[in-house]
Amino acid sequence: MRAFAALLGREIRLALRHPADTLAAVLFFVLVSALFPFGVGPAPETLARLAPGALFAAALLAALLPLDRLFGADAEDGTLDQLLLSGLPRGAIAAAKALGHWITTGLPLLAATPVAAALLNLPVAAWGAALAALALATALLSLLGTLGAALTLGARRGSVLLPLLVLPLAIPAVIFGAAAIEAAGAGLSPAPFLMLLGAGVSLALPLAPLAAGAALSAE
Amino acid sequence: MDEAAGAVLDVRDLACLRGDRAVFTGLSFSLPEGSALLLTGANGAGKSTLLRILAGLLRPAEGGVFWRGEDTAAEPAAHAARLRYLSHQDALKPSLTVAENLEFFARLWGGAVAPALAALALAPLADLPARVLSSGQKRRLALARLALAPAPLWLLDEPTTGLDAASVERLGPLLAAHRAGGGIVVAATHIPLPLAAPLELRL
Repeated sequence: MRAFAALLGREIRLALRHPADTLAAVLFFVLVSALFPFGVGPAPETLARLAPGALFAAALLAALLPLDRLFGADAEDGTLDQLLLSGLPRGAIAAAKALGHWITTGLPLLAATPVAAALLNLPVAAWGAALAALALATALLSLLGTLGAALTLGARRGSVLLPLLVLPLAIPAVIFGAAAIEAAGAGLSPAPFLMLLGAGVSLALPLAPLAAGAALSAE
Repeated sequence: MDEAAGAVLDVRDLACLRGDRAVFTGLSFSLPEGSALLLTGANGAGKSTLLRILAGLLRPAEGGVFWRGEDTAAEPAAHAARLRYLSHQDALKPSLTVAENLEFFARLWGGAVAPALAALALAPLADLPARVLSSGQKRRLALARLALAPAPLWLLDEPTTGLDAASVERLGPLLAAHRAGGGIVVAATHIPLPLAAPLELRL
């Protein structure tokens, strides 16, 4: 547990020293959201119709950006060897990485969600559901992305392979997340969709770090 | 198995393949407490590979590494806890300070940062970010990890790369204290290390 906290603390400290990585993901999210009104025209109804899906696609793509360095930087400078010898189970190393990614990328994206939602003219009634759905979806992406990063570590063109591996797995998150926002916008309860997202997270929570840990061992 | 009396680290019939080519085969040696083994040999002879196998980071094609008679592959976590591995890479984060870099390992293994920094004459640099260090200073910071908390097995891959003569000398007391406490050193090296009576294995 102490080693887990040490690793997580270091991930966060490193992200604070390199705020550009987090900032890049947040700006990407906001800019992609800003592009939609230009593309489909500023008609409020059209935009509001598109908003849930666009918000999700933009957030998940933004969260993918820092993933290809998740293990790559540590593998290059020798830290990964030291982590593998740290006595932490490999699954726990992956779990600390996933949690670190969510804290340093997922949470900032959530903070920027109101801006992106406003740009997409999402009804204010749906903002709460959007935040809840994105919190769960980014957590799911952090877990799946950690698995993808571990699998593509050392692969040539790993940064291209990674989204190809992870994004198909994230399709359910987009479907249920966008449905939750749409339901809230229409005055219905988003709870069933949020629960399905939550189920996805609780399934990925043990499985993705374990699989990522196994992929690290095979390195 | 004719186990030599007092052998702690026992390597039996180790073989390693790189592609189809055998890097080494039938490698066996035993090391008692307090011993030091120098690995020498040409580039590509398998010195680093052997160290990675001893650390448990690579699986050998054949044979095994035994610690007090027990196969280290059966208990990888216990084996990892008893060793310190210094690879070619220094495993430093350039944006963290010298002290912060070491602090992370102190949180993993225990031990105090300040004496470890002092052991390699890094105390005056403690608050500098690691990115401004010279390559010799980075190597010293990697070596300072050895001084954090005791571990019975040190695996050192070219520990003196980039070090000046004074720093190589400073390594002497560190290695001597480790061996006096019963510790084992296995080091791949091209230059003589400040070690008393080392064994040598030419790969």
